Amino acid sequence: MKISDKITNVKVAGLGGMGVLKAALILGELLFEEGCDVKKAEVHGMAQRGGSVSSDVRFGKKVISPIIPENETDFLLSLEPEWSDVFKDTLRQGGVVISPADIDVSKLPTAKALNIAILGAFSKHLDIPEERWLEVIAKFFPAKLAASNEAAFKLGRNS
Amino acid sequence: MLSGNEAIALAARHCGVALGVGYPGTPSTEILENFSELGGSAEWAPNEKVAAEVALGVAFAESDSLITMKHVGFNVAQDLFFTAAYSGIQGGMVAVVADDPGMASSQNEQDTRSIARCGGLPVLEPADSQEAYDFTKLAFKISRKFKTIVIIRTTTRVAHTTSIVEYSGEIAPLAAADYRKDIPTHVMVPAHAKPAHKVLRKKLAEMQAWNNAEGPNKIEMRGSDLGIVASGVAYQYAREAAPDASIFKVGMSPLPIEKIVEFSKNFKRCIVVEEGDPYMSELLRANGANVEERAQAWRFGELNVDRVRAQIANDTSFEMPVRKAKPPALCKGCPHIFSFQPLVELGLIVAGDIGCYTLAAMKPLSGMDMQICMGASIGMGVGMRKVLPEEKARKVVSVIGDSTFMHSGLTGLVQAIYNPPSTGHVIIIVDNSTTAMTGHQENPATGKRLDRSETSKISIEEVARAMGAKSVAIFNPVREQAQFKEHLIERLKAPEISVIILRQPCILAAAAEIKRKAKQ
Repeated sequence: MKISDKITNVKVAGLGGMGVLKAALILGELLFEEGCDVKKAEVHGMAQRGGSVSSDVRFGKKVISPIIPENETDFLLSLEPEWSDVFKDTLRQGGVVISPADIDVSKLPTAKALNIAILGAFSKHLDIPEERWLEVIAKFFPAKLAASNEAAFKLGRNS
Repeated sequence: MLSGNEAIALAARHCGVALGVGYPGTPSTEILENFSELGGSAEWAPNEKVAAEVALGVAFAESDSLITMKHVGFNVAQDLFFTAAYSGIQGGMVAVVADDPGMASSQNEQDTRSIARCGGLPVLEPADSQEAYDFTKLAFKISRKFKTIVIIRTTTRVAHTTSIVEYSGEIAPLAAADYRKDIPTHVMVPAHAKPAHKVLRKKLAEMQAWNNAEGPNKIEMRGSDLGIVASGVAYQYAREAAPDASIFKVGMSPLPIEKIVEFSKNFKRCIVVEEGDPYMSELLRANGANVEERAQAWRFGELNVDRVRAQIANDTSFEMPVRKAKPPALCKGCPHIFSFQPLVELGLIVAGDIGCYTLAAMKPLSGMDMQICMGASIGMGVGMRKVLPEEKARKVVSVIGDSTFMHSGLTGLVQAIYNPPSTGHVIIIVDNSTTAMTGHQENPATGKRLDRSETSKISIEEVARAMGAKSVAIFNPVREQAQFKEHLIERLKAPEISVIILRQPCILAAAAEIKRKAKQ
């Protein structure tokens, strides 16, 4: 992929247990493998216990601060529809929200794969081939989930 | 791509650390878990003080130890650190203390730099994962060079931010351990400690001179309008908030004061950007640096690019927008919910402790009346019972988890049995057989070590009986809630020390165990 001088800011948000951190981990790894400088920041511990969880992924030629400044989020990947509203004001003008509303969730192979489907929907905005996404996703799951993850990813990407 | 915690673990392996020891605490926990996964020898100690004792023993034996804890854990271990600073060490010993400015998962936002300064110990402050790796290696070099324990102060955004790390090196062989008899160095009686204190002050002056000359600090000269002195992750925020400013990035304390004072004189305006106490700004101003007094507003909470922009603009009224968020809560089906329901129904005064069950203080349960620090539930409960009128005293119970009981509840139980209130006391141990809040670590009551291998299991009920608790009962809070409540009502009337253990494994830990087994 062509790496821009400008930093791109992605915020992944949802509730504990939805796979927010896993989605951010996959995205960070993929961008790193594509040659970007990447920083991924999140909060663990008590904050994670059943409460709101979010992860900031920043990438480009050189990333300095790990947290996205206010009003500079380019993409909000919201696993919980409610969160799209909560974080909407952190978006920069023209920033994009990707939420379960963009996907026919009734076609998800399992509800747990929502995070992968959201990544699929987001993947349309980056110049990275589909196979690369699937390769990196596969690294983070047992082999038996490969087919279900691929289906979820494609559901998002083709939505 | 490594988190700061993973980078520290890898560097420790590359430094030949013989033993990693600590107590879990966000945001430090993953260091020892990763160190163990990388093949290092790692242990959870019952608490931070014991961990520090073990680590010091390793360093007295000319070997290298790594100890990890969160900032409040440093308080527990303080007794050892302050005197080991006098004695010095013969091997290498590095303590990673993870601060939590903004309190994402802690009860206060104390600053380890201020405490380490009181104790006379050097501090390194990495700003990202790369420096977490590099500074850990440097810390062991400094530790051996100056025969001192070295503190690495991380903060949440250094510990839990993942970024690219370039590393060189491989797993280093362990230093040969030996012990050479040297009573005046190792026995801190007054006759030995008096000269040792003078040695410590001399050592600190030498470290400061070394830091001025060749310490891990960086001067980036850009414009001459604004100079910024920054350390740790605050440096990253300053870089992004003021790309044209010149920056003195501080990597180590004792501060390179002469160098910073000199730097500060180049600018019309020079400010200090640091997370936590006005540690650098006060020291620098006391030493004649041309730096602005830092406004009180910047010592609260976490910094970020927006807040540093506000600091530069002198806008102390700036507040980050408050967003609705779902606060942390006990999981659906959590055994703690069942344990606390009867306490709420009976209108008891609950002296609580630290763990997931602290969340019982939140609505809808509102089932905990006080929580201060690890292990305090038992002592606080005993104290209240001693002064409250009898009817009210009989309503006081202490609630503590299994890992917290092992950490610092044992001595509280000793106090309850040694100096019992006239009304007796009821101590409830909510045993979910894991250290849940920090991510399901083992503890001495689970019978498993850090790497999940089997070891001796310490029985809470046998300990309580051996200490002299008159009544020790065990219930499953989910299946035997009614029996528990009935027993509790009876024990609240008894003028004796009663221990009630509510035992039911954490639902998340049970699921994680199944996942781990599937992976193997």
